[in-house]
Parts: sequence; structure tokens; C-alpha cells
Amino acid sequence: MLSCKQVTEVCSTEMDRPLKLGERLALQAHLMLCSGCANYRRQMKTLRQVMQAYAEGRAVAADPEASPDDRPS
Amino acid sequence: MSRASTPSPVPGLAAAAHEDMQGISAEALLSLRADMLRFARLQLRHAETAEDLVQESIEAALRKSSTFAGRSTLKTWVFAILRNRIVDHLRQASRTVTMSSLVNDDEDWQQNLETLFNDQGGWRDGRRPVAWPDPEQSMQTRQFWAVFEHCLDHLPPAAGRVFMMREFLGFESDEICRQLGISTSNCHVILHRARLRLRTCMDSGWGRPEGASC
Repeated sequence: MLSCKQVTEVCSTEMDRPLKLGERLALQAHLMLCSGCANYRRQMKTLRQVMQAYAEGRAVAADPEASPDDRPS
Repeated sequence: MSRASTPSPVPGLAAAAHEDMQGISAEALLSLRADMLRFARLQLRHAETAEDLVQESIEAALRKSSTFAGRSTLKTWVFAILRNRIVDHLRQASRTVTMSSLVNDDEDWQQNLETLFNDQGGWRDGRRPVAWPDPEQSMQTRQFWAVFEHCLDHLPPAAGRVFMMREFLGFESDEICRQLGISTSNCHVILHRARLRLRTCMDSGWGRPEGASC
């Protein structure tokens, strides 16, 4: 059984390459019993989502002074 | 950086401003300059290089303005140009990053882990992750992005760079390893540390606002 600490490593690995079958099964077994790690895993996906928005310059668009929202299409 | 009300002079800009820019005005580009600089500095952690790349990007945008099809916003388009410049620069610069600076970057990592996990590797009381609010809504607020940039900024420099190469510039981790000349497992360790730190910082600054500051 993986510890929570080990699961956070697997959750990171998962963001970079497909997990091997054994890794995936071990992760799923742990997540069924551990809501904290399930939350951690979702947060990893949130971080990626936020980074993508950031890379697209959406952080800047959140600044009302810099973003004319009546831009003609 | 000076936030003067008059924009810094950009070579070629005066001439370009007189041309029909197919919807791109030099003024619109210059208004993005401060944001581009902030963005590039965060990436590169080197003010002069950031300045140079932003300058080059603005000039390139002016030269290539006829290729701006208006499918995306000007901001997205210009940031894509800047992003490519940063990628090219990091590709060059990564050859000079030594492996030791990457793995010895994070001195208080063990201490960080001990704060989060007990001896059995379980979450400590009060550190067990709880669900975050909907990020889409938070991303509309300036405060969210202020926290996010603060957290990015406080990653250990080399780990921050690897993380940005992966998540911001979109390199595959294999390519990062190859370029930095480090093993795959080292690469994954560095990325894991960066993510865990960023997550902890975002948790206290945004996801769990009543918690301690990061």
C-alpha cells in the first residue's frame, strides 16, 4: 500500500507520462480510501489548468485596466 | 522597472506607427509591454534578458503584423511570439545550467516534507488536502493571479525553471531531461517538488484562505 507521501509523487508522475499498470492500480486503491489524496490529485489538475490559462495570457486579461471588454470581434 | 506613463522608445516603432497595421496599432502593442515584461521576468529570472526578449518580440510583432489574422486577441498573439522567444532562449541557456544547481536547489525540502507528512508518510493533522474552490471563477479576479504569481516566484529558482519549461512552455518532460542533461528520475523529482510547493502555497494563499500564509 502506498503512503500519502508516495501518492503525491505518483500524482506528479501522472502529469508527465502515462502511468504503468501497477502504478495506476496502486494509485486507485489508495484514492478509494483517502479523500485527502484524491483532493491532492484534483489540485494537480487545477494547477495545470491555471498554468495553461496563465500561459495564454489570461492572467493579464483579468486586470480590468488592461482589458477592454468591449473589444470589437 | 519604471512604470512611466510615456512608453519606452521601441526602434522602428515610429515608422511602423505610420503604416496601416491591419488593425494592430503600435500603441496597443506598447500597452502590453509591462505585462510582457512581468511575464518574461518570471520566466527567466533575469531582468535584462527579459527586457531584450520583450523588445525583440514587439519588433517581431510589428514586422509580422500582416500575419495577425484576428482569430485570436492581439494579446494572445503577441504572447505566443514572446513565448517562442523564451523557449528558444531557454533551449540555449539550459546547456549552461549545471546539474548540481538543479538537485541542490532545494535545501529545505526535507523540512517541507516533514511539515506535511508524519513518519508513516500520512498527511499530518490539518495538512490533509481539502477540495479547492472552482478555479474558473477565481481566475477572473486579480487577487487570485497575484497569489499565483507570488507562489510561482517563490519556487526555488532552478526547480521553478524546470517547472515552467514543463507547464508554461509545454516541453515534454523527456525533452527537458535531455536538454538539461539530467536523468528522467531526477527530472520527475524536481517537477514533483515544484508542484508540491506550488500546491502548498496556493492552498494557503487561495484554496484555504484561513490557513497560514505561504
